[in-house]
Amino acid sequence: MDIRNTWANRVSDRGMLYLFLLPTFGLLLFLVIFPLIWSLYLSFCEYSANAANPPVFIGIQNYSSLFREKEVWDRFVTTGKFVLLAVAIEFLLGFGIAMLLNREFYGRGLLTTLFILPMMFSPAVVGKFFRFMMDTNWGIINYILGRLFGMPKIAWTTSYEYALYSLVITDVWIWTPFIVLLSLAGLSSVPRYLYEAADVDRASGWFKFRYITLPYVAPILILAVLFRTMDAFRFFDVVYVLTEGGPGYATQIIPFYIYKLAFSFWRTGRSCALAYVLLIIIIALSNIYITYLNRLRRA
Amino acid sequence: MNEFQRRAVKNRIIVVVLVVLLCIYLFPLYWMFSTATKSKVDAFALPPKWVWRPQIDNFRNIFYVGAGGALGTVRGIEVKPKPSAFLRQLGNSIVVSFVSTLLATFLGALSGYVFSRMRVRGKDDLLFVILSSRMLPPVVIAIPLVMMYRALGLFDTRFGLIIMYTVFNLAFAVWMMRSFVDDIPPEYEEAALVDGYSRFQAFFKFIFPEMRVGMVATAIFSLIMTWNEFTFSLLLTGERARTAVPSIAHSLGTAGVNWGHIAAGSFLMVLPVVVFTFLLGGNLIRGFTFGAIKE
Repeated sequence: MDIRNTWANRVSDRGMLYLFLLPTFGLLLFLVIFPLIWSLYLSFCEYSANAANPPVFIGIQNYSSLFREKEVWDRFVTTGKFVLLAVAIEFLLGFGIAMLLNREFYGRGLLTTLFILPMMFSPAVVGKFFRFMMDTNWGIINYILGRLFGMPKIAWTTSYEYALYSLVITDVWIWTPFIVLLSLAGLSSVPRYLYEAADVDRASGWFKFRYITLPYVAPILILAVLFRTMDAFRFFDVVYVLTEGGPGYATQIIPFYIYKLAFSFWRTGRSCALAYVLLIIIIALSNIYITYLNRLRRA
Repeated sequence: MNEFQRRAVKNRIIVVVLVVLLCIYLFPLYWMFSTATKSKVDAFALPPKWVWRPQIDNFRNIFYVGAGGALGTVRGIEVKPKPSAFLRQLGNSIVVSFVSTLLATFLGALSGYVFSRMRVRGKDDLLFVILSSRMLPPVVIAIPLVMMYRALGLFDTRFGLIIMYTVFNLAFAVWMMRSFVDDIPPEYEEAALVDGYSRFQAFFKFIFPEMRVGMVATAIFSLIMTWNEFTFSLLLTGERARTAVPSIAHSLGTAGVNWGHIAAGSFLMVLPVVVFTFLLGGNLIRGFTFGAIKE
């Protein structure tokens, strides 16, 4: 067949570029950009999506009232506490497990994949099942803690003291594998001869860790922490199934609060304003994230 | 013992420690399986039953609704099993995941090629917009999206859910496919261009087939992400198009919470993910860093 006289041969490079990018950006425009522009407008309006009244423009009142109210600040503090605690524990556990896994032995691949599993599961499903395991009276977790350590029964998901910790524990179970995975990638990038050279010089274990391992692993670990921090702002599903934001609003972290504002209290304008504040945080974080991604890509 | 033997012993101890850690870590999975296969009485027994008679009632009951969940004959009257809402929701999950994955992978392969090989004005900004849409918390766009979906008649349709998931997976697919195209030597299409093919022809004839490994990895990732997705399905669907995950979150719609049913449903959702994760193997790290780190 002659390849030159077909229509496909007449498609120019430019034409191909538009043809290939158009569907992607068309969909993005329709389902992400346009809704965002609309919600930007709504964030400057007094509006309730379930009422008949059209949106009324009120300027920056939604925003200014957000920053004045204590309950909004409280939720930011709760979110911050959750993120810091969860990411710190995941970091220590994940890096520790990766250090243990980073050696040659039979079945290493299998063991690693098994450790990775929890992060592949649906967080909503995991959260729901953790609620069952964390039940105060017949939950398996309280039973085991009681048998092993003689601990009294803890109201994990329903008490002011522990509800946030129940979220942290669930998040740690799901996302520690992420740190394991990235730490392993970092650890395997360290050239072996550096360790051998250090051994010749009889360097201490700490020295090797501090001056050989850490510099190689650090960029990937920073990436991991950034990603986890960003992801914590998407942490909605587990809150929804595990504590429902309660008791009171003890576990209403920002994304859940936005959901409540929008779909329980029907304060659409106000929820859009808060969503935009969150959006700006996310854009700032993903800017840093992408800078790191590109740096790693070039390395 | 010499140095070599000492290391071997240390290694062996660490492996044992790892296996013990893994058993503790994956205990929730074991517990999910055991709760799903226990009878109602056994599931709540304290101290817990470590040995039990496995039964499949929970699985049967989440798929078929009989009188009070029981099948067979009740007081001499035969009870015909009726498919449950969960069966339909599972079907929705399968359809929505597969269709949106196919779309996203194909479109992602096209855009990924362009971003890897061609000069695009404002490339970095475009790539940034794409990735940001992936990072966006769903609740942020959910509010206008729900209104838009209601206005356009997309609310509670599988089509509506499919296009939403396509966009979400697409962001991931573009970045992922770009990194896979980067790995294909540019000589492939250069040779074809010399032979008189247009770039468009060369792409479909020589490059696209080379991208299949990348497309499979991208597709498996997208499939898992869609299969697991909760928030959009919760907010953009009602009775008809709802998928399985939010249904489990709402206790499968049964009156009162039947944990045996929830465990069975959860186990069914988790099982295919285990299989797919093993299929992904070395591409896991690549997926989670949007193609930046290759193994």
